[in-house]
Amino acid sequence: MRPLSLFTRTGAAPAQATQAAPQPTPAMTAAAAPAAAVEEPPLTVAQRAARARKAKLRAEQAEQAARQGTAAPRARVARKRRDPAPSRIAYKLHRLWLTPMFRTGLLRIALPLLLGFALAHGYLGDPARRGAIYASLADLRQSVKSRPEFMVRLVSIEGASPEVADLIRTRFPLELPVSSFDLDLEVLQAEIAELDVLESAALRIRPGGVLEIAVLQRQPAALWRSGEGLVLLDRKGNQIGAIERRAQRPDLPLLAGAGAQDRVDEALALVHAARPIAARLRGLVRIGRRRWDLVLAGGATIRLPERDPIPALAQVIALDEAQDLLARAILSVDMRNPLRPTIRLAPGAEAQMRRIKAIEMGEKS
Amino acid sequence: MTDLYQQQRAMRAMRKAALEYGVVAILDVGTSKISCLVLRFDGPTRFRESDGVGTMAGQSGFRVIGAATTRSRGVRFGEIAAMQETERAIRTAVQAAQKMAAIRVDHVIASFSGGAVRSYGLAGQVELGGEAVSEDDIARVLAACEMPDIGEGREVLHAQPVNFALDHRSGLNDPRGQIGNTLSVDMHLMSVESATIRNLLYCIKRCDLELAGIASSAYLSGLSSLVEDEQELGAACIDMGGGTTGISIFMRGHMIHADSVPLGGENVTADISKGLQVPMATAERIKTFYGGVQATGMDDREMIEIGGDTGDWEHDRRTVSRAELIGIMRPRIEEILEEVRARLDAAGFEHLPSQQIVLTGGASQVPGLDGLAPRILGQQVRIGRPLRVQGLPQAATGAAFAASVGLCLFAASPQDEWWDFDIPADSYPARSLRRVMKWLRDNW
Repeated sequence: MRPLSLFTRTGAAPAQATQAAPQPTPAMTAAAAPAAAVEEPPLTVAQRAARARKAKLRAEQAEQAARQGTAAPRARVARKRRDPAPSRIAYKLHRLWLTPMFRTGLLRIALPLLLGFALAHGYLGDPARRGAIYASLADLRQSVKSRPEFMVRLVSIEGASPEVADLIRTRFPLELPVSSFDLDLEVLQAEIAELDVLESAALRIRPGGVLEIAVLQRQPAALWRSGEGLVLLDRKGNQIGAIERRAQRPDLPLLAGAGAQDRVDEALALVHAARPIAARLRGLVRIGRRRWDLVLAGGATIRLPERDPIPALAQVIALDEAQDLLARAILSVDMRNPLRPTIRLAPGAEAQMRRIKAIEMGEKS
Repeated sequence: MTDLYQQQRAMRAMRKAALEYGVVAILDVGTSKISCLVLRFDGPTRFRESDGVGTMAGQSGFRVIGAATTRSRGVRFGEIAAMQETERAIRTAVQAAQKMAAIRVDHVIASFSGGAVRSYGLAGQVELGGEAVSEDDIARVLAACEMPDIGEGREVLHAQPVNFALDHRSGLNDPRGQIGNTLSVDMHLMSVESATIRNLLYCIKRCDLELAGIASSAYLSGLSSLVEDEQELGAACIDMGGGTTGISIFMRGHMIHADSVPLGGENVTADISKGLQVPMATAERIKTFYGGVQATGMDDREMIEIGGDTGDWEHDRRTVSRAELIGIMRPRIEEILEEVRARLDAAGFEHLPSQQIVLTGGASQVPGLDGLAPRILGQQVRIGRPLRVQGLPQAATGAAFAASVGLCLFAASPQDEWWDFDIPADSYPARSLRRVMKWLRDNW
């Protein structure tokens, strides 16, 4: 490093020197020499000859120097030599550089990191390039996504009746084939499970490109006649769907009244308890959101209390079995106070009863 | 005294740390050049006995991995005269050596030649009471040496026990474990001006280096230039440096006397410069190329171009015959040698069994010195070169590097000095906790 700089300095110095102090041309020197001789007359011939010889030699020398483009010796002396000693800073930096840990840390860790960062920054600084990279990434992603291994070509719905399956298909139309990456199974599952008909739904993609929707349908347990029509209810009171006519599901008990859908299990328990009179039972009516009435064929009702309706019903059934109570012409059996069952006779029945009593009395009397 | 003791011990500790680190720089601050070598210590396990390579003069344990020499600046007569200049020169040398070694050096062992070296012989004696000599006894006997008045502003540079005597048996190198009644020691003490050391310390500190040792170059030249039997039988080493000429007398492997003459090669150069009216650089060049001390008829005809930069053609075209040059150089070299002779006589060199004198150092390379020196110094004179050490570049193997090589040897295997032994307990101040500690350690 140092010899190079010295070399360039030596190269540069003559140009400056020639600019600063132009070399005496041969003509100038030749002219100056006789002038000096004229001004100083007391010179011997030998001295004069010596001077002339010297001047000539000098002129030759200067001419040669000018030809070769080298500086006069004087110019070389004037050049200031650079101090070869390193400055304090340079010395300290050099020592730091020679410290093994610093060197490895810089060369092996910091420099590659910086270089990588700079390159990435320089390359990605251009938005067009970044866009191209994103596009190619998207393409790559698309190509992976659309591979046949990941495509869903078929939807199979299991555990659903044909109507429910149709419902699911119409409600969640899938444009098949679709990539399994585009299907959000969890969201789809949550949405499907929200259907009234279904209790739960499990989605999975089977090998072979089949989206399997395994559903558990809600089992209708009762019919609820409300203002809007007949509604199917499951055991928990969830509305499953509507039907047109009662005759479509004659197997289900019929409920009515506001709030009946919230107490389906109670109603079912009552229906269960009322098995002995199942043939007569037409339905249950929720009265004032607090208690049940059993409606029997022929319009008779059994009014049950709010609390413990089943023992009260059992009491009625016992009466029926003992005295054939329900076959008689009654309008209602009022069990709202279980300690005091009350029977309301059908209109005309009272007169009939009195007449029968009179006949019985007459026969006796 | 204790201050110096602590300072030297600190340097020894630093040297130990450097050896553990494995790299140490040696720095020879001379009048004409500053050389820096970087040594790598491979440890004693590198060669085994079975490899057939034993330690030779304790020098096979290291290798020179970096070497640099630069022209000295700001040093006169081996003493620092211009701190900034010298600091720059040291920086130059250290940086170049580090660059060559490709490793950073933190510890440096330095040598210098100036500082008005004075040498003292001390003797001490203690009673042992018929017990085996322990390390503590050696410390006691060293402490028993009567300290001479070395003068104001001077420091002890070396204090080496050179001879132990147990009862009537003298010439023991290591009396430890031997049984006797009286242990006595001869110690060689060398003092220099403390300002010289302080300046050097400051310069080295300014270069971010830790000083791990310091030595006199006269001693180091003796270490490197005298062969082993010369050191044993007795010889004087004359280190003819640039600004000073160092004298060290060795006997039985130890330096027993040191001195220095503030004359050297630079004086010869200055004479040439004055005599021929040329700049010092030219004079130095003429001296190294054409110099000599023995004129022959041939030399009258050999003309030397002196050159010059004045621009005056006649002045710049001067020539001088080699005989004239020799005529300038010879009286000065004779003067140096006569001064050396005087110092040797003053030291009683003629009483030594062997009168061997070895000339080394840069100024000893003058052609014809081997003819001139015997006339002044006696017949047993040879021109010496330093030992070869591993890895030293060819350019640094000359006589001018005797002190540097000696410094390498000194760094690798320093001689026991006074401060390598513990201070005996009774020299601590009374009621000192350290004294108690010391007593406990010695007696338990």
